[in-house]
Amino acid sequence: MNALFSIAADQRREIVSARRKTGRAALIAIALAFLGLFVVLPLLLVFLQAFAHGWEAYVEALTEPDAVSAIQLTLITAVISVPLNMVFGLVASWAITKFEFRGKSFLITLIDLPFSVSPVISGLVFVLMFGLQGWLGPWLRDNDLQIIFAVPGIVLATVFVTFPFVARELIPIMQEQGTLEEEAAFTLNASGLQTFWYVTLPNVKWALLYGVLLCNARAMGEFGAVSVVSGHVRGLTNTMPLHVEILYNEYNFVAAFAVASLLAMLAIITLALKTLLEWKLSRDRAPDSAPAGD
Amino acid sequence: MTQTISRIPFRAQPSVIPGFGLTLGLTVFWLSLIVLVPLSSLFLKSATLGWDAFWAAISTPRVVHALRVSFSTAAIAAGINTVFGLIVAWVLVRYRFPGRRIVDALVDIPFALPTAIAGIALTTLWAENGWLGALLAPFGIKVAFTPAGIVIALIFIGLPFVVRTVQPVLEDFEREAEDAAESLGANPWQVFTKVIWPSIMPATLTGMALAFARALGEYGSVIFIAGNLPMKSEIAPLLIVIKLEEFAYAEATAIAVTMLIASFILLLCINILQRWAERRERRR
Repeated sequence: MNALFSIAADQRREIVSARRKTGRAALIAIALAFLGLFVVLPLLLVFLQAFAHGWEAYVEALTEPDAVSAIQLTLITAVISVPLNMVFGLVASWAITKFEFRGKSFLITLIDLPFSVSPVISGLVFVLMFGLQGWLGPWLRDNDLQIIFAVPGIVLATVFVTFPFVARELIPIMQEQGTLEEEAAFTLNASGLQTFWYVTLPNVKWALLYGVLLCNARAMGEFGAVSVVSGHVRGLTNTMPLHVEILYNEYNFVAAFAVASLLAMLAIITLALKTLLEWKLSRDRAPDSAPAGD
Repeated sequence: MTQTISRIPFRAQPSVIPGFGLTLGLTVFWLSLIVLVPLSSLFLKSATLGWDAFWAAISTPRVVHALRVSFSTAAIAAGINTVFGLIVAWVLVRYRFPGRRIVDALVDIPFALPTAIAGIALTTLWAENGWLGALLAPFGIKVAFTPAGIVIALIFIGLPFVVRTVQPVLEDFEREAEDAAESLGANPWQVFTKVIWPSIMPATLTGMALAFARALGEYGSVIFIAGNLPMKSEIAPLLIVIKLEEFAYAEATAIAVTMLIASFILLLCINILQRWAERRERRR
């Protein structure tokens, strides 16, 4: 009787595990097909189209004057907006994670606000402020200053759109680390800056780097907000994504995808570094859980 | 005691760490300068319109249709992303297979790839002479330059949200509960609906709401593939841009405020969902 029972159980287990295996294979296949269709194929297409007419056409598309000025403007925008948001992210997460005060979660919601605003609206608000019909428009015109349809507007819109990135990466990790190490530093008479530099910063360096990378990828790739404030002046106020749009609409597909491939490469490098940083982060944390040897 | 605190907002608890006033002051100042003042200019502008002009601006057939296209395509894309996002999250958490790490990294591509690049790539793929469009053309199915194309772009844009919200919850899920249900004779479907789904539902809904909110405001990837025919495949953010180019600032503002209010309501729902999930987590 007992033997019979165990055979039945064995059979059942076999059926279940066979069913599990087919289920497992089917689910993996569905997931891979979905990601292949929506992520891998578009990415692959960018590079294949970019090199459709060979290496020379690719290089030519990247070295013609309008492309060079678009690349320069994109770099300038990132060089201004990324450090600004990095400093803000560090300052904001210090205030939010090292102190207790009322309205903290409301403040975090406000910092996250640019994430939930349509890129087009992010551009629109600056047109309403600084455009000719805007609040400050007449004053700017009288003083011969131009923000909208010029580089300052592009930088402003980019800073707005990338505003939360660094703070968002830092806040959870600084929250987790608490204030004990900083308090210890202060009882040992360290100054505020010394504590920040020697205690806080080493603890959050990977999260900070990751936030900066994401911020940079978005700053260089932002399209909607920048498109609204740029005015599309070729060779003057076109960033790389806007240059791609113009080339594409002129049916100059090889050149459009050539410039696009640079931005796609940036995205891939950003994510590769992210994967590397996550691996480092998990390795850095591992010794904490192990018993302290020395 | 609580009353005295509530009368003094923004008061720090005593701490040996310096810099509270400085860092909070800088944070609030910079936040106001870059985000709050510009955003309030939008509401100020719409306030100068008056209710009648505001209503007239958003009730024209073209605007109503654009809003309908935006909301419906965003909803369909969020729904599709929820189903496939759950499957992808499940596969990444539960199964070990070669290349899993790369697949995991690929999920973030829509966050990192500029939207305009996604737009031209998807359009080229799904156009009638594209790799995928050519497969569908013999059956008379057109994707690019129709509302279906908009859905394709929005699926791409919203793809990571459900995966990334469900993944951590699934990782923390205790498998003993599943084993117990199974040993009591539950079939896999019952195990999923009765045991797993209740604990991942809040995260799934949050991911869906995030994907929907993102899709609602999306511009860059959609305008290439949509075809942008008024009353057919025109989305609300594009209409804002068109109104701006016509210098119809009042109308652009009215549409923008309508969409902004919609996303604030969504943000509120997401917050409530997350609180609910946290409370459930604590009760367990």
